[in-house]
Amino acid sequence: MNWVADHADELFTVSLEHLRLALLPVLVGLLLSLPLGWAANRWRIARLVLVPVSGLLYTIPSLALFVMMPLLIGTQILDPLNVQVALTVYTVALLVRSIADALAAVPEPVIAAATAMGYRAVGRFFAVELPLAIPVMVAGLRVAAVSNISLVAVGQIIGVGGLGYFLLHGAQSPPNYPEIISGIVLIVVLALLVDLLLALAGRALTPWARSRPGGSR
Amino acid sequence: MIEFQAVTKRYDDGTVAVDHLDLTIEDGRVTVLVGPSGCGKTTSLRMINRMVEASSGTILLDGKDIRDQPAAALRRGIGYVIQNAGLFPHRSVLDNVATVPILLGTKKAAARKRAAELLETVGLPAEMGKRYPGQLSGGQQQRVGVARALAADPPVLLMDEPFSAVDPIVRDDLQDELLRLQSELGKTIVFVTHDIDEAIKLGDKVAVLRVGGQLAQYDSPSALLAKPVDDFVASFVGRDRGYRALGFLSAHGIEVKPVAAVALGATVDEARRALEGGWAVVVDDTRRPVGWVSEVSLSTVEGQVRREWLVSGGSLYVADAEGKAGSLRTALDAALSSPAALGITVDGEGALVGAVTAESVLAALAKARQAGEVPL
Ligand SMILES: Nc1ncnc2c1ncn2[C@@H]1O[C@H](COP(=O)(O)OP(=O)(O)OP(=O)(O)O)[C@@H](O)[C@H]1O
Ligand SMILES: [Mg+2]
Repeated sequence: MNWVADHADELFTVSLEHLRLALLPVLVGLLLSLPLGWAANRWRIARLVLVPVSGLLYTIPSLALFVMMPLLIGTQILDPLNVQVALTVYTVALLVRSIADALAAVPEPVIAAATAMGYRAVGRFFAVELPLAIPVMVAGLRVAAVSNISLVAVGQIIGVGGLGYFLLHGAQSPPNYPEIISGIVLIVVLALLVDLLLALAGRALTPWARSRPGGSR
Repeated sequence: MIEFQAVTKRYDDGTVAVDHLDLTIEDGRVTVLVGPSGCGKTTSLRMINRMVEASSGTILLDGKDIRDQPAAALRRGIGYVIQNAGLFPHRSVLDNVATVPILLGTKKAAARKRAAELLETVGLPAEMGKRYPGQLSGGQQQRVGVARALAADPPVLLMDEPFSAVDPIVRDDLQDELLRLQSELGKTIVFVTHDIDEAIKLGDKVAVLRVGGQLAQYDSPSALLAKPVDDFVASFVGRDRGYRALGFLSAHGIEVKPVAAVALGATVDEARRALEGGWAVVVDDTRRPVGWVSEVSLSTVEGQVRREWLVSGGSLYVADAEGKAGSLRTALDAALSSPAALGITVDGEGALVGAVTAESVLAALAKARQAGEVPL
């Protein structure tokens, strides 16, 4: 435990770095999946391409995707951007389908009513369709965030940084178990924390989804 | 005024939903589009606010082609009430109602204030504005839908089967409410339904469409019932149209006979003595009818007349003192639905005044025929 106390500062800064590495791709992925999900819902042909392709992307093992990145985007093999882009790809793969499905699930009468009241397509998307897609989107974001937090650790194999460092460094001989365990525990704690925060944010954003018929507030 | 001029809608798959429709919809009136499923009612309605674009022909709103302005601007000036209300689940009831005024640039606070007033106009407590649509019953949601359509005070209101998803009693309430609102607001309402009874109750004019999107007949409800132009319309307005037509004839002047009555709480002996033809109406202390007693129902009981023993009554015929009598239809229905074959007749306050018989209704009908009041 001495090791932990001696390295508390370092553990904390690296945890923050780990979060940044995991969550920045979630944010970028979300921004990219919104228009893609919208397109997949809007045009049959877009859906026929986007949904299977994103499903396929998601099945590529993470390490394979990390090391393939230099080929695809012309970076150096140890560039941290490799992992960032790969995680963004995973996030997009995960979210496009959820967003397309969530948009498709908005009841037709609601969309017709919005149109009839004089919303143009863009205004209607942001005022009506997107807010109604939030619960499904948050569910997708939670999965993406948690899986990214564990994948960043894998990324350490190609030197991305983050808590994965303690796992690899601690595993050199002789193994430093407090270091390894600290890394694992922090990764799990971060994942749980982020998941909880996203769940709470989702609830706060959708008070209407909790309302039950006949209930009063 | 809304004018359809040779309007045709052919969907991409070749379906002709509306075929050369010529129709003039008058200002300040309720015009009902009615017809079997798939006859193009919704399509016709949605062409007015350009949610569906006509394939050919012209639609004029107050003399101007509806295509002259952008669709979104046109729609903000036309209220639309959709089947199942189509409320926004993620917005409070108040914000739902305030939608169009806010789109038109009204400040949020002012729009909400007006929305709260509108809730009361459609018969909902203003506190309900804080709820989400998911917390309302179907009938309440439908009322909110009407309030939302009225919010920007549009001269034209389009309503697509707005009451078809609620149970019959609530539907009846909502229909009455709409008629009351309309008598105050005088909007130009285009109302779509597949229910001919609803069409006849609500419409100043009724357009009957047949499958294939052709106009079969466009007339007042009474003319529709009296003179359907062909077999399709005749079968659509229904086999009991003769009976329904009675709804347009006032029962004013019909003979109301005295009827045997006993008060709730009278002794069984008193009740037996009061019976006429084996029956007597039981009234409460405000003389409102609560049911019937008969020779048979009184034969096995003792003591005072109690609510639990009553034979339930039929419908009531309201004979208002100021000459605003109910229709022959309500009078006949009262007589036919009564266990004693006597239609209980009440005044405006609901107090018993006597009874009508089916014979007296028929006599009144014969008189109306002679006077030429029945369209033939
Ligand atoms: N978007 C569409 N594409 C192709 N055909 C359509 C479309 N919308 C409606 N139709 C067809 O046009 C015809 C008229 O449809 P419409 O919805 O106007 O009927 P309706 O009278 O409102 O029927 P209902 O009482 O069932 O609501 C139907 O045959 C329908 O299948
Ligand atoms: Mg329809």
